[in-house]
Amino acid sequence: MNDFLWAAILGMFVATYVVRASFIVFGQKLRFPPAVVQALGHVPVAVLTAIVVPEALMPGGQFDVSPGNPYLVGTLVAGLVAWKTRNILTAVLVSFAVFGAMRWLL
Amino acid sequence: MSNSTTAAFAGLRDTIPLTVGTTPFAIIFGTLVVSAGLPPEAALALSTIVFAGSAQFISITLIGGGAALPVIWLTTFVVNLRHALYSATVQPVTKSWPLPWRVLGAFWLTDECFAVFERRMQTAGAADSLPYYLGSAVSFYLNWVAWTAVGAYLGNLIPGVATLGLDFAMVATFAAIIAPQLKALTPVVVAATAGAVALLAQGLPYKLGLMLAALAGVVVGVLLDGWRRRLAAEEAA
Repeated sequence: MNDFLWAAILGMFVATYVVRASFIVFGQKLRFPPAVVQALGHVPVAVLTAIVVPEALMPGGQFDVSPGNPYLVGTLVAGLVAWKTRNILTAVLVSFAVFGAMRWLL
Repeated sequence: MSNSTTAAFAGLRDTIPLTVGTTPFAIIFGTLVVSAGLPPEAALALSTIVFAGSAQFISITLIGGGAALPVIWLTTFVVNLRHALYSATVQPVTKSWPLPWRVLGAFWLTDECFAVFERRMQTAGAADSLPYYLGSAVSFYLNWVAWTAVGAYLGNLIPGVATLGLDFAMVATFAAIIAPQLKALTPVVVAATAGAVALLAQGLPYKLGLMLAALAGVVVGVLLDGWRRRLAAEEAA
């Protein structure tokens, strides 16, 4: 463990803890304007899509939109199954099976 | 058994499905950290000190990709911003806890512990909420840390584990979380914006792309909200 890793991890702790502690610890003294609360509502979709899209379309840093890209096909399967079943665990298991089969066979 | 002990056990019991469900991810996380060339202690430190699944997974990409410290910290902050909503939601119940317990309890406010605790708030209100929360949070935390250690120290003993594509676990989970939310125009546009910017900004140094893309998505969402409000106001006038 070098200094860089410790600094990264301790900073990540602070960045995570202040958000979780915001209302629980500081309570009523903290008031977010309604606009900020509404903006927060967009955070999950924005963040998760920003992570998923490059991983699905550019696995290993190479742009690949072919049907032979297991990350792309697996991601679409995960999304589709979750959309149909509303069950995240089922979606992950099914997409992992498709992903694994493609990596194994192709 | 006292009421507190009963409540703590109820918290532990109600969390078991999520504790079990996240166990594979803890193992995969520990394995991926070591596959990325980082020491197993880094995996253990991330699970013990940061304790935020999605941010932990993203940090592997960031640290492995040579991101600068401020980018790692800011991205973690942005990724975890949703926890501010959780913090605000539980506050009416946690305000009855003594300050030291609030300071400690806030550390464990993950997606999973929030989900369990919120359900409890609906049915039991504030009654025995502290022991219930501790039973839920501490058991979930210890399980996450323990299985991280298993992945970090034993995962790479499996031959070829680095080529199994375990990193797909995170992608699949996130895709499964997003998809059901894409049933209105605004989230679809937010997702399209964030995804497009993430692709375009892929080449930026220090892994800045993720943060930029997330911010772009949120800004577009806020603009759409404002636009819809104005339309509604004009129609009413």
